[in-house]
Amino acid sequence: MALRVVNRKLPEGNPSIDLHTILGPLSLPSPILTASGCAGSGKELAAFFDLSKIGAIVTKSIMADPRSGRATPRMAETPSGMLNSIGLQGPGVETFMNEDVPWLSKTGARIIVSIAGNSTEEFARTAARVRRAGDMVSAIEVNISCPNVSNRGLVFACDPVSASEVISAVRRSVGSHFPIFAKLSPDVTDIVAVAKSCIDAGATGLAMINTLLGMVIDTKTMRPKVAGITGGLSGPAIRPVGVRAVWQVHAALPQVPIIGMGGIMSGDDALEYILAGASAVSIGTATFHDPTAAMRIQNELSNLLAERGFTALKEAIAYGHRNTDEMDGLS
Amino acid sequence: MKTNAHSPLQVRGEVISLKRVGEYFQMAIAAPGISERAKPGQFVALTVGGEVTSALLRRAFSIYAADERGVFGGTIEIIFAPQGVGTRWLSQLQVHSLVDVVGPLGMPFPIPATPVKALLIGGGYGAAPLFSLAELLRSRGCRVEMVLGAATGARLFGIVEGRRAANQLTLVTEDASIGLCGRVTDHLDDIVNRSQTELIYACGPMGMLHAVSLFAKERSLPTQCLVEEEMACGIGVCMTCVLPIRGDDGIIRMTRTCTAGPSFDSESILWNEIGTIPVGTFGSGTS
Repeated sequence: MALRVVNRKLPEGNPSIDLHTILGPLSLPSPILTASGCAGSGKELAAFFDLSKIGAIVTKSIMADPRSGRATPRMAETPSGMLNSIGLQGPGVETFMNEDVPWLSKTGARIIVSIAGNSTEEFARTAARVRRAGDMVSAIEVNISCPNVSNRGLVFACDPVSASEVISAVRRSVGSHFPIFAKLSPDVTDIVAVAKSCIDAGATGLAMINTLLGMVIDTKTMRPKVAGITGGLSGPAIRPVGVRAVWQVHAALPQVPIIGMGGIMSGDDALEYILAGASAVSIGTATFHDPTAAMRIQNELSNLLAERGFTALKEAIAYGHRNTDEMDGLS
Repeated sequence: MKTNAHSPLQVRGEVISLKRVGEYFQMAIAAPGISERAKPGQFVALTVGGEVTSALLRRAFSIYAADERGVFGGTIEIIFAPQGVGTRWLSQLQVHSLVDVVGPLGMPFPIPATPVKALLIGGGYGAAPLFSLAELLRSRGCRVEMVLGAATGARLFGIVEGRRAANQLTLVTEDASIGLCGRVTDHLDDIVNRSQTELIYACGPMGMLHAVSLFAKERSLPTQCLVEEEMACGIGVCMTCVLPIRGDDGIIRMTRTCTAGPSFDSESILWNEIGTIPVGTFGSGTS
């Protein structure tokens, strides 16, 4: 039997499909983004594909000051997913903006900086520092929904009023035209209410979903598997939750640009989010499985769009909502 | 794209042999490109479960051997114990199965600039990266003493390879089924005195590494420990495989073992505080 030694080759994309997407004032050549926390600051992935070829790199959520994150173990594998409890480890916004962002910018990648904070004031201050980089940064993702914060009662995105306060403060801090996206948690009773509240407060659009709060107990040690006890669940296990959330919010707020994410492993999964109403999608946990996932998914997506007779991505956005008024369900 | 001779590659590798070795498995994978770049101490990260897997995280394995001119082109070999769902799946693969391999990852073992008398300590199949290291050290004029330990004889790995790769080999088992009785650390005094060890490399379970580091500190012997922390990606993006490490500047940081390691100067690891954020760690808000 002949040996088939195959270098890993990406599938070719379909160059005739126009993948351009518009997120408010932000125009991107492709809807494929990385998800914050799953691409570091881009440097490590640059060995695997040309970062400028996808829509944008969304960097790991950065806070005002350096942060050690949580103790180990920080991770547990779960069925079709993983639980993480990193705790927003990072160098602080000053080092990040002075070192990581200029490096990433030189690759030609478009950059969306994700920010986090313990207080409304910290969000505003961090956003102002990011904004000082001018055109180097294309947009800010406001991560008001990280489940791995010290006080889990204070996940801003779990309360429309807190969410609104943070978004208003960031909006004031970055000026009226700069694109900001509120990152929402699915761990809420009414995600549409939180979404509306963020848009009313000045968010350009929404990024959804963050991880779901979950837990794993190790039956050998008979203790929680991660040091943080609970963690954020990601991966294809949560994809139907993400698709549902994007669908509901798009149905309620059809003009609002949505960056969809949660368990996208393939072009098919990305298309599912786009049909639900996402104008862009982020690739997260898939990158741990396959470092070239974002590039591969972009190529798969263009082929799928062509097979279905679309000539441009924008024709497919929210296409799943057509004629669904008479259907039962969540819309 | 920033690729150079040191960048990791992603390769669809083909299993060219899989055999049982005591309680472990030895797998050779045709992984052209990776074998040419691999240096002792580096590792590869494999996907498990095939196309429809529900186990998404990559499994990291030290490179046991890399041969750029094998019969099948460049190959790498790994050693694993079938302890979890991923490694059990690997153990059931057939020759010619395809596996997705990313590597080589991590920093190679640092190699002394001048010939020294080195002691290489391996626990169980954790010893896997020591044999290529031994060959490299000897090619640089070093004398290599090796000690391999395990709970039982079936869990010793590399007896034949160790005899070939090292100038002298000592075997230690806790049940005394092969070699000396006890743990490797019970015999380090004798071995170090006899061989006039100047430098130690150790790979194996964290408990053994910690014990070796205590011994090395007492004897003021510089020691490199190749650590094993759970990883999700192996390439530096997931931030799960961190350990508290004191940098050259004296500052403790939660440091990624996949990119800064996996081998570290044993003195730089805060062994007693693994699993915590030590007081004073950069970004912990404590001092």
